Amino acid sequence: MAEYKWPPMEQRKLMGKRIARLDGPMKSSGRAKYPSDMNQPGLLFAVLLTSPHAHAKVKSIDVAPAKAIKGVTAVRVISGPGTEIQWAGTEVAAVSAVTEEIARDAAKAIVVEYEVLTHLVKEDNLAKVGPRAKAAGEQITGDPDKAFQDSEAKISGDYGIPVITHCCLEPHGSVVAWGNDKIDFWPSTQAVSTVGGDLAKLLELPATQVKVDCQYMGGGFGSKFPADRWGAEAARLSKESGGRPVKLFLDRATELTIAGVRPSHFAKIKVAGKKDGTMTGWQSESWASGGIGGGGMAPLPYVFTNIPNRRMNHTQVSLNAGPARAWRAPNHPQASFLTCSAISDFAAEIGMDPYDVFLKNLDLTLRADTYRKQLVKGAELIDWKKKFQLGSAKTGNIRRGLGIGIATWGGAGHASKCRLTIHPDGTVEVEIGSQDIGTATRTCITQVAAETLGLPMSAVKVKLGNNSYPPSGPSGGSTTIGGVSSSTRKAAVNALEKLLEKVAPGMGVPPDQLEANDSRIVAKGNPNKAMSWKQACQKMGPTAISEMGENEPRSAAREGLNTQGASGIQMAEVEVDMETGVVRIVEVVAVQDCGLVVNPRTAESQVAGALIMSVCSALMEERIMDQTTGRVLNADMEFYKLAGLPDVGKLTVHMDITKEHDSRGIIGLGEPCAIGGVAAIANAAANALGVRVPMVPLTPERVLAALANRRNA
Amino acid sequence: MVNFEYANPTTVKEALSLLTAGAEILAGGTDLLSLIKDDVHQPKRLVNIKGIKTLGGISKIGNNFRIGPTVTLDELASNPLIRGAFPALVQASLGITSPQIRNMGTVGGDLCQRPRCWYFRTGNGLLAKGLVENGENKYHAIFGTGAAHFVSASSLGPALMALGATLKIASPDGKTKDVPVAQFFKAPSAEGEREIALAANEIVTDILIPTPPTKNATYEVRHRQAVDWPLATASVSLRMSGTKVTAASITMGHVGPTPIRAIEAEKMLIGQTITPDSAEKAGAAAVLGAKPLSQNAYKMQLAKVAVKRALLTAAGVKTV
Ligand SMILES: Cc1cc2nc3c(=O)[nH]c(=O)nc-3n(C[C@H](O)[C@H](O)[C@H](O)COP(=O)(O)OP(=O)(O)OC[C@H]3O[C@@H](n4cnc5c(N)ncnc54)[C@H](O)[C@@H]3O)c2cc1C
Ligand code: SF4
Repeated sequence: MAEYKWPPMEQRKLMGKRIARLDGPMKSSGRAKYPSDMNQPGLLFAVLLTSPHAHAKVKSIDVAPAKAIKGVTAVRVISGPGTEIQWAGTEVAAVSAVTEEIARDAAKAIVVEYEVLTHLVKEDNLAKVGPRAKAAGEQITGDPDKAFQDSEAKISGDYGIPVITHCCLEPHGSVVAWGNDKIDFWPSTQAVSTVGGDLAKLLELPATQVKVDCQYMGGGFGSKFPADRWGAEAARLSKESGGRPVKLFLDRATELTIAGVRPSHFAKIKVAGKKDGTMTGWQSESWASGGIGGGGMAPLPYVFTNIPNRRMNHTQVSLNAGPARAWRAPNHPQASFLTCSAISDFAAEIGMDPYDVFLKNLDLTLRADTYRKQLVKGAELIDWKKKFQLGSAKTGNIRRGLGIGIATWGGAGHASKCRLTIHPDGTVEVEIGSQDIGTATRTCITQVAAETLGLPMSAVKVKLGNNSYPPSGPSGGSTTIGGVSSSTRKAAVNALEKLLEKVAPGMGVPPDQLEANDSRIVAKGNPNKAMSWKQACQKMGPTAISEMGENEPRSAAREGLNTQGASGIQMAEVEVDMETGVVRIVEVVAVQDCGLVVNPRTAESQVAGALIMSVCSALMEERIMDQTTGRVLNADMEFYKLAGLPDVGKLTVHMDITKEHDSRGIIGLGEPCAIGGVAAIANAAANALGVRVPMVPLTPERVLAALANRRNA
Repeated sequence: MVNFEYANPTTVKEALSLLTAGAEILAGGTDLLSLIKDDVHQPKRLVNIKGIKTLGGISKIGNNFRIGPTVTLDELASNPLIRGAFPALVQASLGITSPQIRNMGTVGGDLCQRPRCWYFRTGNGLLAKGLVENGENKYHAIFGTGAAHFVSASSLGPALMALGATLKIASPDGKTKDVPVAQFFKAPSAEGEREIALAANEIVTDILIPTPPTKNATYEVRHRQAVDWPLATASVSLRMSGTKVTAASITMGHVGPTPIRAIEAEKMLIGQTITPDSAEKAGAAAVLGAKPLSQNAYKMQLAKVAVKRALLTAAGVKTV
């Protein structure tokens, strides 16, 4: 059987090297065509009419005025009479027209009568949600009551993190053309190989009829897997318009209202322990909402899962607001924020440096050694021991503070198939039904193929983003890099084996004594016995060699190409203005392990992006709902605040690349690095202020309120 | 968005004649276009005034500095005359953070822009009856003037008011009038009333700031460092004799439906030296009359700090 395992670390020429993103110039020069750039000849524009009410029943709908407008090609009712609308922004009808302006006018001309029902859109105060609350049951381990009774020290704190949206720069949507016997679908998607089947199902068509292409996409963060109702409606509009291509992308307000949110999470948390910092008890009463279906349930206590005595209660709250979708590490950022905040408050209570308390309790985690090394590394990078001072000892109007957040994630490779073709002229092609969602997947696949074949990057052409290629899983759960690297490796090894079989007789060397190196086929141990890659390929005759490689999650760990279990810690230093409550980032440090790192440069970029998202969520990002109107008030990028460059501060990324981690194989990175930052920043602010701001984002009003509460206490 | 006519006059007279019912002035368009796209404004005709040469330029004429209304925010902040005499204006325009907005947005447009209240911008009217009081009002006014709870959006307004500036306004009857900036902003008491003293068929033609210049500064408290609106600002202008204040003018921005003058604070400072202590007291006096809503009491603290820091900046004392 072929040997697939990765070449030893020190022998790799491309994998593990700092290689620039191959499609960087395409993207930064605007030549890369995203689905929203697919302006086909004869393109029609589609617009949704959405519900202004958060909870209502559609009584009647009259589309005749829209149909009467010149330039309108089709009108579709999505939520017909009798439909119960559960959140504002729900799709009610869709219109296609020859221009976007006409489509907008037509959508506005549709007359809908609603029976307005009562709604609830806010969950921050559990006492006010009434019957919308649903208890998820109690979990008890050990004897929490006794642990608290016997404890030397304990804290009780309130913590909250609101709903945020995905806020994709390229909104959700697609261009789609439904011709006679096939649908051409250009969606902005994280799931090239499955989204076509999803669309086919919605349209009750055979999956074979949907052709998907998405070469570039402008952000999904977990929200862009399905074909979505708007994708299906765009297809139907196309069909009703004689098969002309239809472009339907959500406008910014709709994008922020219905295209996915990260659930909120609130908790009252109690921690018991000893004066030396050892934690002995945990109690949490938490609640959350992610829309009408209730909320995500964060795994508490996070990472420190083995606190011996625990009691957890969780309540789901159902809201009339846009529904949750997976958001970069579902439930983990919330869990990390809640847990690490409570631990840091416990440290403050007993007058200890939280760094020492985190270290002290690592035996309560599943990967104590890794976290210990990472904490030590992070502390060195941020100069923790020199800078740290207890919050209670700080003075002055401008104060700095330090904080820690911690993360864990799986990240095993998904099912992936890859076809690698070596042409007689020596060119190499990789086809894989995966997608590059901005994570440098293209670049990494090229590295793996070129490394395996002993070729330069430029000799390998990677084709992805199309469902005619061998299927690969959706890019979610940080599963892509493990999956596609492994399938590419196997396809390349298999193809190379075929090539070596062809050239071996001529070289007078058994195939298993040949290797590919430096664009040559060389006899192992005898560098003089060699021929160039090109010459070798000429020996294969007129038919190309084309081989498959497959990553099968069940056997992947055994093969050692990819595995799971990524750990990371993040530390932040912030500066607060005690008079205005404005919090600014000085530095965020991430120490992150993800096994074998295929490309440290793009990996660091991936982590830096996650840190920026953490800054947004810790300092400014929040969906603001209005209880009276039931609508999102900041469904724009003016008051839905994201960090700009001056807000980000210094970002320091340390990829934990060691022989030991490397030998585990490849592990996904996208999510683990997006978990600990909010906690680190919130804790740094608490340290700087000498008081906990219970809720993020740390807006001036929340910071000033926390300071005022302390003065009044 | 409804369709509209587009007119491109080259003289003020021509522009005035085009400003018939339903017509609106278009300058940089950074505010007006979003209002139109959101269906808050539905003009029948847009009259572009950027082609009118006489409405541009920055100069010193007699006892006044004159700023043309179509001067962009970027031109204003980089003009040597303005930089020399009016740091308060430079600091206020640089607070309008995005370079794109500063490149397109004009001084006249900044003064005449509509409030950003999220209830107003989503079609609930400027007074948004009941919605603000019972809803999300953390960015709203802490100085109540009856029914209006939005905050005046202009960052230049408070600075120009503190500097004692006057606007020259041309009317269709051929007459012009001088309106002090302090009287230009109004708090409407009924839906449909405007928040500025300008009829739809009038044009702001000149912004005049009196000499001699004073020690002046603007301080803005903002949440984000990148593009964001102020949470509170203060602009101050001080006349000094040695280290003593002989006249003070203090205006707070983004805390009321108009820029808010801090008369008590101004009085307190006469005869004083600006120190962290006197500035702090002036800040406290400035917000005494505030009546915050359910979620925005914190803005009192911010306005107080803005006044204090603007005074210290003007006097050349370290702010924090
Ligand atoms: C993201 C963002 C952030 C912003 N932040 C700030 C901020 O922090 N502080 C701040 O002050 N502003 C801020 N602005 C607003 C910006 O300064 C204004 O949009 C801009 O100054 C308006 O100028 P304009 O020339 O584009 O006006 P337009 O949009 O062309 O016009 C605005 C209004 O003024 C009227 N008008 C224009 N010129 C005249 C004139 N000469 N006579 C009579 N009427 C006239 C128009 O009819 C229209 O009603 C921000 C805007 C955005 C989009
Ligand atoms: S985000 Fe940038 S590109 Fe988009 S409208 Fe604003 S300035 Fe223009």
